[in-house]
Amino acid sequence: MSEFMSHVMKRVATAFALAIALVFCAQGAFAQATLKAVQDRGQLVCGANGTLAGFGMPDPQGNWTGFDVDLCKAIAAAIFNDPSKVKYVPLTAANRFTALQSGEIDVLSRNTTWTMSRDTTLGVDFAAVAYYDGQGFMVRKSLKVNSALELNGASVCVQQGTTTELNLADYFSANHMDLKSVTFATADEAVKAYDTSRCDSYTTDSSGLYAERLRLSDPSANIVLPEIISKEPLSPAVRQGDDAWEDLVRWVHYAMVDAEEMGVNQNNVDDMLKSPAPDVRRLLGVQDQFGQSLGLSNDWAYRIIKKVGNYGESFERNIGQGSPLKIARGLNALWTKGGLQYGLPIR
Amino acid sequence: MTTTAIDHSSRARRRIGNIALQTGLVVVVAGLIYAAGENAARNLQAAHIASGFGFWNNTAGFDISQTLIEYSSGTSTFGRAFWVGLLNTLLVAGLGIMFATALGFVIGLARLSKNWLVSRLAGCYVETIRNVPLLLQLLFWYNAVLKALPEMHGSVSIPGGGLLNNRGLFLPRPQFAASSPYVTMTLLLAVAIVVGLRIWAKRRQNRTGEQVPVLWPALGLILGLPLAFIFLTDVPIRFDYPVLGRFNVLGGLEILPEFAALLLALTIYTAAFIAEVVRAGVLSVPHGQTEAAQALGLRPRTTLRLIIVPQAMRVIIPPLTGQYLNLTKNSSLAVAIGYPDLVQVFTGSVLNITGQAVEVIAITMAVYLFISLVTSLLMNLYGYAISVGER
Repeated sequence: MSEFMSHVMKRVATAFALAIALVFCAQGAFAQATLKAVQDRGQLVCGANGTLAGFGMPDPQGNWTGFDVDLCKAIAAAIFNDPSKVKYVPLTAANRFTALQSGEIDVLSRNTTWTMSRDTTLGVDFAAVAYYDGQGFMVRKSLKVNSALELNGASVCVQQGTTTELNLADYFSANHMDLKSVTFATADEAVKAYDTSRCDSYTTDSSGLYAERLRLSDPSANIVLPEIISKEPLSPAVRQGDDAWEDLVRWVHYAMVDAEEMGVNQNNVDDMLKSPAPDVRRLLGVQDQFGQSLGLSNDWAYRIIKKVGNYGESFERNIGQGSPLKIARGLNALWTKGGLQYGLPIR
Repeated sequence: MTTTAIDHSSRARRRIGNIALQTGLVVVVAGLIYAAGENAARNLQAAHIASGFGFWNNTAGFDISQTLIEYSSGTSTFGRAFWVGLLNTLLVAGLGIMFATALGFVIGLARLSKNWLVSRLAGCYVETIRNVPLLLQLLFWYNAVLKALPEMHGSVSIPGGGLLNNRGLFLPRPQFAASSPYVTMTLLLAVAIVVGLRIWAKRRQNRTGEQVPVLWPALGLILGLPLAFIFLTDVPIRFDYPVLGRFNVLGGLEILPEFAALLLALTIYTAAFIAEVVRAGVLSVPHGQTEAAQALGLRPRTTLRLIIVPQAMRVIIPPLTGQYLNLTKNSSLAVAIGYPDLVQVFTGSVLNITGQAVEVIAITMAVYLFISLVTSLLMNLYGYAISVGER
């Protein structure tokens, strides 16, 4: 209950902040230089999930970890050379965009799908696809269901205000199946309702299914059905109007992917400084001045890899084989290994 | 002692001054509102956030678990979703008001009872329920209701063809065939007869002092006349019985556990407040009235019904209106348990899919304001109509 009250309060607070900002701020107040504001503040404010294991959640000691959190740490490392200079703001699906629009957060790294309507009507821009995901279903093994197409007439728990809600309705109507959806304001409530068998199935992005399954009362009694019914390219989001900041966030992501392609990781990055390979030299700032073009120092990518690691390391540590989720690279493998992660050239 | 002439000119000057001041204030406030709105619109445009009400006709795309009107996720618009949510809110608020008033009157009068146990129990009820936040009570009823209900395969059969499980209460849905307009006409005829009967009974009471019982004949007519018509003309009523499907119950009239929990919580909570309002109203009637009634030989129940409560209503109606408005607005807590009321559907799903927070919240606020204004208008009219004319 207190969690619910706290996100009601958060929702009210961010909507209120947005209203105040819209009504009283002068025009153009939003298009200020975010990088300068972050540097002056000495801290990055990062919108995160707060309850999704593997992506963005504080551990029992209160330190934030996760795949999305790692991107924020990488941005902070690039700017301040200190990945701990981040303040994390837990957001629900309901208030994540208003928090970004109102200026409460600098970047939204919260398993958010990049869609056309969000890109064009919300005043936000998406930097780069960090994780190629898709929507799936989880059911109890006792129902003896092996495919999502057998879910005709089933009750499905889903979170409001997400692409999940829309895809669910589309999938069921396209396959002429009857749907009884039970919607909740937060993922927590939806998972709890599924756990108490208020509904037969729970649906969200497939990575989220594996994460939430860990929190059920009996994880092994639940299976994830094989069907992936939608494309969910998860991407960090920034406000529209600040191109320099958008470039920065985008190239932090691509630096991590490029590093993995070039074989540069946390352990060997110091040795790689001495590498003769021109692409490694450009990446780590040994030659040319790509960091300056972003408003950062030239060793921006070196800082990222040293403090946080490359894309593959972040993946494996948070959601891959080095974590309880054990998600395979799949679509998120490098393009040279059959996946879709394609590092844009730093040159 | 000096006589002061009435200073017409200074009074006139003061009046003009007052009018000028008030006009000036209205202009300033209106100007502020306009400037704020225009600034917000300009800022929205600069931030490339979509604005305007064009989203009303876009396809909704999401499913709603309880719809009193036709709604389909693939073809219905956001506007349609708004009406679905609004009807759900009105349903739970309307039923909540009815049940809370009934329960509140009973508890309030019970608290004034001479029976020590009854009055103490009522007092405990009021003090406990009033002091626990409604959200907690709602979550309690939701979880208590859900935990008490069996799962699908253990559904309880209700005699008459109903089913009860943790997905809801499923009752046979009557489907009238071609003669249904006639059945409705019979029902309306019964209502008209009841109204006429009541007017005739009141006139007779004013003339002769004799009371004619109206309640039971009225109920009998309203229920009996259409049923008699159905049986006599042999109109076939088909019932859509609920049956257990693979995952859920198919068919029948579905009552969601969320709806039941919300209705229960709202009724019980508001009844505690209405009980105190009723108690205040009854205590406000001078004790002389009760003594006079006793002197006339009327029994306590008759005294209460005919003498005390009608006079108490004048004091009861204004705060009772406030409780009705509270109940209507408290129904927005449906968000906590997933009941698809206006706030859940509109400011939950629609707001987050379209991203247009300003327009959606403004519409929702305007709707609640409208409902509240209509409720208080009707209650004030009712209060005026039954006023005893003393003051």
